[in-house]
Amino acid sequence: MLRFFLLRLFRALVTIALVVTFAFVVLRMSGDPATIILGPEAPPSAVAAFREAWGLNDPIWVQYLSYFGAILQGDLGMSMRDGRPAIELVAERIPATLQLTVPTLILKLAIGIPAGVYAALHRDSIVDRIVMIGAVVGFTMPSFVLGLILVLIFSVTLGWLPSGGQDSWLHAALPIATMGIGGAAVLARFSRSAMIEVLGQPYIRTASAKGVSWPRVIRGHAMPNAAIPIVTIVGFMVGSLVAGAVVIESLFSWPGVGRLLVIAVSNRDLAVVQCILLLIAVTMVVSNFVVDILYGYLDPRLRNNYAKA
Amino acid sequence: MTDTVLHSTEATPASSKGKRRLPPFLVVLGFAWLALMVAIALSADWIRPYNFTAMDLQNRLSLPGNPAHLLGTDELGRDVLSRLIESIRVSLLIAFSATIISAVFGTLLGFLAAHFRGIVEQIVLMLADFQAALPFLILSLAVLAFFGNSLMLLICLMGFFGWERYARIARGLAISANAQGYAGAVVQLGATPSRVYFKHILPNIASTLIVSMTLTFPEIILLESSLSFLGLGVQPPMTSLGNMVGYGREYLTLAPWIMLMPAFVIMFTTLSISLIGDWLRDKLDPTIR
Repeated sequence: MLRFFLLRLFRALVTIALVVTFAFVVLRMSGDPATIILGPEAPPSAVAAFREAWGLNDPIWVQYLSYFGAILQGDLGMSMRDGRPAIELVAERIPATLQLTVPTLILKLAIGIPAGVYAALHRDSIVDRIVMIGAVVGFTMPSFVLGLILVLIFSVTLGWLPSGGQDSWLHAALPIATMGIGGAAVLARFSRSAMIEVLGQPYIRTASAKGVSWPRVIRGHAMPNAAIPIVTIVGFMVGSLVAGAVVIESLFSWPGVGRLLVIAVSNRDLAVVQCILLLIAVTMVVSNFVVDILYGYLDPRLRNNYAKA
Repeated sequence: MTDTVLHSTEATPASSKGKRRLPPFLVVLGFAWLALMVAIALSADWIRPYNFTAMDLQNRLSLPGNPAHLLGTDELGRDVLSRLIESIRVSLLIAFSATIISAVFGTLLGFLAAHFRGIVEQIVLMLADFQAALPFLILSLAVLAFFGNSLMLLICLMGFFGWERYARIARGLAISANAQGYAGAVVQLGATPSRVYFKHILPNIASTLIVSMTLTFPEIILLESSLSFLGLGVQPPMTSLGNMVGYGREYLTLAPWIMLMPAFVIMFTTLSISLIGDWLRDKLDPTIR
């Protein structure tokens, strides 16, 4: 188990190091930061001062190492537009994003998993049909289209809900609904297939044949096995708590990390973009890591395979 | 995504075999829609009633059904139908090119990993892990922030989407194909590795790769339209489906048709490919998920 744990930890760290390297390489490949920030017509003295201040005159590998070192110390650079530390700008946006994404995640889990399991146990029932159709629509309809259609119905036509801003909890209703509906349907479809696959396994037949009651077969034999693939997708959803709302935050003018990212990209505020990039990568990697560990817990076979390997 | 597969394996073989000859109605519809889209994209220059940037300032925000502008006009009096046709062309061009780039690139890397194993394989798998660690939308936003924007860059960027799926599939299948008699036999006959991979192994795993393409294609369309919707994808004066939705959103109350038309085109297109993909997966390769 320890070996399994360490191997996973190592891979997670390597992935984060890769993301940092990626940010550095792309940053340096995109041209001279001095001209990008100061504009092509900046006086040479200003460019020279800028290059000195940002360490752009050092050899590239020194820049890379100092870049890496700075990140390890939590120094992610200054926002090149308003001069504040990028990490501060990003950090103050996180609560707003979580305000949207956490309820969305709860909504997805609360609707998606029960609906999927129910659909699997009652094939071809009404719920099953709704889950299937909902999942297809959830998969093929872009989130911004669903969002705009909800705005058209609930804000423009009925006038019940505000279409943008962050003034009250009512403002969160449409963004949460937009992200929750599609996500719940996709999760439901996923849980449904996972459950159906498990129900077809021989051990379910064996358990029934031994005279175990059906509800107990479901609870004790089917659900724990179906949990493994479901945990993967839920882990992915947790990992995208920060990143998942880019489009929706912009659509509903919600002042979260996603909207900051879009604004920073249009302004080419590289320090902020890079800070968000790292934040998202770390969230993803951490949640993947937790999922991997959970796998080992849920499925002893995996853990043992690693121990032997 | 596995349910169609499960349905088909559970159906009684005798009754389902006869039905399988003809694709189901919805799949036929999907093919028809896709064919229509491709036809529109190819003939965009001839069937467009107006130039897509031509303004008709007398007729701004005119309703659909106007004899001069069948789908109405936008805030500058530009014909929505003409813009829609041009958008379909741009969006499909990006999605098709990107799907092909990603399939070729991913398959190639998968083959390299399967052939050399060892360090090459580890590097490919590590890159795939890296790709999985970042949502692609975020990755593309970062690249666009750093490099600015152009159609070529956008296509190349989208071409990196989903390569890891092909790489994993190609690697896995090539490793198992290498262990089978037919690959060993041609190696014994003196075939070069590239001949073995491209003439012998590739045709055997092509169906699985094609099914993966039907998964990647709609995702690329959604990705490109999200980026363009945010104003960070295709740049004006060029137009794409997401772009139209993004600008149409400003006129949601006054002129919802500007945004609804391209939105429906996006949905029907992704839906059609998903239906075709499900059906193909059933037909070609019931083992893949």
